[in-house]
Amino acid sequence: MPMIQRHSILRVTTKLLTPFILMFALYVQFHGDFGPGGGFQAGVIFGAGFILYALIYGIEAAEKVAPPGIIRVVMTLGLLLYIGVGYFGMFLGGAFLDYNVLRQDPVQGQHLGITLVELGVGTTVAATMITIFFSFAGRMRRAGRSG
Amino acid sequence: MDIPGLFNYWIVIFLMMTGFYVVIARGNLVKKIVGLNIFQTSVFILYISMGKVEDGTAPIVIEGAKGVGAVYSNPLPHVLILTAIVVGIATTALGLALIVRIKEAYGTVEEDDIFAQDEAE
Amino acid sequence: MAVGIVRLDNLLAVVMLSGIYSLISASLFVTMDAVDVAFTEASVGGGIATVLMLATLALTGDTEKPGKGKLQIVPLAAVTITGALLIYGTLDMPSFGDPMAAIHQHVAPRYIEEAPKTTGIPNIVTSVLASYRGYDTMGELAVIFTAGIGVILILGSGRRRDD
Repeated sequence: MPMIQRHSILRVTTKLLTPFILMFALYVQFHGDFGPGGGFQAGVIFGAGFILYALIYGIEAAEKVAPPGIIRVVMTLGLLLYIGVGYFGMFLGGAFLDYNVLRQDPVQGQHLGITLVELGVGTTVAATMITIFFSFAGRMRRAGRSG
Repeated sequence: MDIPGLFNYWIVIFLMMTGFYVVIARGNLVKKIVGLNIFQTSVFILYISMGKVEDGTAPIVIEGAKGVGAVYSNPLPHVLILTAIVVGIATTALGLALIVRIKEAYGTVEEDDIFAQDEAE
Repeated sequence: MAVGIVRLDNLLAVVMLSGIYSLISASLFVTMDAVDVAFTEASVGGGIATVLMLATLALTGDTEKPGKGKLQIVPLAAVTITGALLIYGTLDMPSFGDPMAAIHQHVAPRYIEEAPKTTGIPNIVTSVLASYRGYDTMGELAVIFTAGIGVILILGSGRRRDD
């Protein structure tokens, strides 16, 4: 996509918007306890903001920001965080995914558990969306090169 | 039984059948995926409309304004559909990826042409 | 809207229409009090699904084979019969917004009563999602993860490689 170089309005607007989209994703992630939002939404918004950046500035620039290998590691880390919280509850004497034992006070334990689990959900969803987009984009690039 | 109260189900069924028709009647694989998405969304609407309670509000408890009589819509369908949407996009992406590979292997995404090529071999 | 999707041959227009359809259903979810769901549907359906479909179209070509625009009788009949049976089934369903419907009698009141107290989180959807139905959500997350792995396996990782 080298022709995209010309669209200066798109480039400037994207540059302005991307930080806000990513910030909004984080807000949705951590404010999901109190308002609408949560890991799934935050992950999707984060992925969408990143995809916007990649669409306008080209895949190479986006891959420089987030190398696909690292994104894939992050993708697994999110799921591992979720399962890890579950097992940690078991180590502390509760059942699998039992958050009550994470803290002295069950309510605080629940709060902590939910926050961590939502964080795991968010990272996995965001990383998966970005990975899927990179895969499609990589195909497109290869198809464009071969003819 | 009152007919206006069932209207939401009928909208859902209309959308569902539209998606179903696209899936079975059109040969283009991309269009089939779009049809599946329509079908999927109709199921989402079915669940959410069942969770709605008359005079209810979104299931977020607000401190202070929490009256005893506050009515909340059923949160359970929301939870189920929330995850279903994201799973839906992931599986859609998988389907689209398969279509891309089919295009590379057969040079077409029309069902008839693919069958014809299979027959010819 | 959905009928337009059936009739059109130009797949680009079809994809755009399906994006708009997603946004409309998202606003429908807001009116039915499902703010979390609407949020997700708007960003997923309007954003990522459309982008992915456009990427696919760029790889596969954006026109459907012509000559199939007319209605086909057999599928139409099958769809009509199925739809009629389903509508017959709805006659026994509780009406829209009925607070006495079966769905509101079983576990939902307990969630609404207890979720804010036991988890200290005002958003009931979040607490049910992550705590009461933690296993469910873990499974869903595993599905998403697996789908991501599947796409990588099918399409390659996107890394430039000379093969």
